[in-house]
Amino acid sequence: MPIHEYRYPNGLVLVAESMQSVESVAFTFLLPIGAAYDPADRGGLTSMTCEMALRGCGNLDSRQYVEQLESLGIETGESVSVSHTCYRAAMLAEHLGESIQLFGDLLRRPRLPLDELESSRQVALQEFRALDDELVQKIMVALRRGHYPTPWGQSHHGNLSSLNQISLEEIRNQFACGYRPNGTILGVAGKFCWDELQETVGEVFGDWKPGDWSEPEEGDLKIYRDHLDHDSSQTQIALAYPSLPYKHEDYFQAWGAVGVLSEGSSSRLFTEVREKRGLCYSVGASMRSLRAHGSVFCHAGTTAERAQETLEVMIAELVKLSQGIESEELDRLKAKMKSSLIMSQESSMARAGALARDWYHLERVRSLDEIAERVDALSPTSINRYLAQHPPTDFTVVTLGPQPLEMPDAVS
Amino acid sequence: MQFHKQSLENGLQLVAECNPDAHSIAIAFCVNTGSRDEAGAVSGVSHFLEHMVFKGTEHLSVDDVNQQFDQMGAEYNAWTGKEHTSYYAVALPEYQEQVVKLWCELMRPALREDDFQTEKQVILEEIRMYDDQPPFGADEACEEDYYGGHPLANRVLGTEQSVRDMQVEAMRAYFQSRYNPQNMVLAAAGKIDFASLVKSAEQHCGTWSRGPVERKMTPVHAGLHRRVIQRSASAQQYVIQLSPGPSGDDDRRYAAHLLVSLLGDSSGSRLYWELMHPGHAEQISTHYYEYDDTGLMMTWMCCDPDSVEHNLQKIRSVYEVAQANGFDDAELRRAKTKFNSRLVLSGERPQNRMLNVGIGWIRDRRYRSIREEMESFNAVSLDDIHDLLQQFPPTQCSCTTVGPREKVEWDQVG
Repeated sequence: MPIHEYRYPNGLVLVAESMQSVESVAFTFLLPIGAAYDPADRGGLTSMTCEMALRGCGNLDSRQYVEQLESLGIETGESVSVSHTCYRAAMLAEHLGESIQLFGDLLRRPRLPLDELESSRQVALQEFRALDDELVQKIMVALRRGHYPTPWGQSHHGNLSSLNQISLEEIRNQFACGYRPNGTILGVAGKFCWDELQETVGEVFGDWKPGDWSEPEEGDLKIYRDHLDHDSSQTQIALAYPSLPYKHEDYFQAWGAVGVLSEGSSSRLFTEVREKRGLCYSVGASMRSLRAHGSVFCHAGTTAERAQETLEVMIAELVKLSQGIESEELDRLKAKMKSSLIMSQESSMARAGALARDWYHLERVRSLDEIAERVDALSPTSINRYLAQHPPTDFTVVTLGPQPLEMPDAVS
Repeated sequence: MQFHKQSLENGLQLVAECNPDAHSIAIAFCVNTGSRDEAGAVSGVSHFLEHMVFKGTEHLSVDDVNQQFDQMGAEYNAWTGKEHTSYYAVALPEYQEQVVKLWCELMRPALREDDFQTEKQVILEEIRMYDDQPPFGADEACEEDYYGGHPLANRVLGTEQSVRDMQVEAMRAYFQSRYNPQNMVLAAAGKIDFASLVKSAEQHCGTWSRGPVERKMTPVHAGLHRRVIQRSASAQQYVIQLSPGPSGDDDRRYAAHLLVSLLGDSSGSRLYWELMHPGHAEQISTHYYEYDDTGLMMTWMCCDPDSVEHNLQKIRSVYEVAQANGFDDAELRRAKTKFNSRLVLSGERPQNRMLNVGIGWIRDRRYRSIREEMESFNAVSLDDIHDLLQQFPPTQCSCTTVGPREKVEWDQVG
């Protein structure tokens, strides 16, 4: 599929991939401001800014804005990660132009109305409190805080004290800093005409003024241990260890190793923890990447009395990984990847997000063909060489449940 | 898109929505069985059996099954509900024959005792996992109140006790009585070669024997209960409200889907503007579930514990205003556009079509294309919605709340 790339003079990057078999089109705006940009005592500021932007823009109040989207059948979503604020939309292809116009108002001319500040704060406080009941999310927040260098481990939720202090002026400042063309990436995937798209985006965003911008220091990954007491039926176990970032030349070697660990029901963690021992319902590991740092995150939830055994089996599998993988394991992983790549051409929404993220990490897009070639080039020898040089180690471990666990030798 | 159907001599139904432009195939066995078909002593057996199917056959071990699916690069899983159990795989078209063969074989599982005991632990972990997740069993408690002794109240996962006590012989008996070919549909979507699908099914399922199978239908007497479940470890308060709706074979179901969207869609609905937008609730939504002989409307809310009475009043008032005055033209038009757009977007993936086609066929032996579904939604009038609200008023509900509150002043709710 052809991939189009264009950087407007103000720095805005447009990356787009046309998909032959769909009638829809989707886009993702990645704005260069996320939770890492929240001042230490103003956690949640970027999230509240994102939410406030939805409360009316241009000539439309918040209700008119939502009604406009609905009358065109545009599905939207927004989220704040540690590095970005992300606004997404999916629609039938005929509405792409109108949709980009609407997002022009949203991203450039939000009203950020004073009379809605308290409602927006209540939304943020509700979400913060609800996090306490979502144990998997809660432990992953603690894991990121412990593992990543400050401020890259900050949660976008903030806390009660910070959320209660955020002022409209701070929100307007955050908006002025982060909602700007230089550093913003627009990924588009689906059915579109490239010339029209490039022109429309230029008309709507071409005179958007660039602003000053600096990323927080990259810092170094940390080793951290913690237990969060909670009166729950299960104990949650979360682990992280250093790996390679997405931009690294050997990223796919690291990806292959984690795939053997966790991709599919024949993977090692699923087989050893669930199939053989019945220790838990869900267990898994996945690659996570900031621009500068790559990590592997693992998670399992199990009854308190079986949590110690679960942790030990998980760690044993991680340590055993450094002894190497088998060619049958890699063959299965390659088959899985081949399917995923081909099937990703059936979801414009997923592909639009992937295009924008690729650009953030690489300043270019890895085409599906290039990914397929890199995966095909993997061999047990190449992955085993990588594992010999980078055995899983330096584990950050966070547990949550009625009792703390003993750390196995490989960890302590 | 082209629809094909075929039935084998033993009653197994084959249906497929073929799309030569698709990149993938999606294949599912839909079995017309679920928790409502379970006698009390085997509560949870449909779901437990769904797990055991993956443990293999007389000729396939669990490792063989997992490796075969992974070698094809397939995404596969299964899902158990009140009325249906569905097993599916999504793969590249070149693997069609192998995927169909494997599923056909797995539909005759070995149900080995040692696998049963190991998997029992996994099921117990799944039950405990949901125990720790909102709404902490309040949905099941509310269903038990609402349905009274009706089998639709049966918990899909069963209980810790029922799963612990379950014997493999009881599961084998349940399997024999429910997994008959005339109670199953092999459904497919995407780039399917239908002639090959029929050939594979004849080869691998043709010898399955028929047997008597039925679903007991008893009338639902919807309850109007109030229940508070105190859970001090929770930070937020959660509320479930259940009220009746039209059944899956009732044409009013299209109006019901639009009604719950107008009342409680996650964006732009009446409850959204009343409760979410001002920050009174963290989540508020309304849903509609279709069953063979009844339907269910559910309202779900998560909010700050101190706001429960205030919010329940707001919900009630939104429902009363809708019951009295209905909706306006522009609102209904937007709801239809939103619905139709979602149908088209999700329909682009064969995996989203497969179960719609399969479960639809189980329900009334009818295929509905996306276009037909859109026409049915477009035909719904404001009067249809208003009539539905009179026939199924959402204010006549059972309500359960779970969270730190010991008591809730239901009286203030009216």
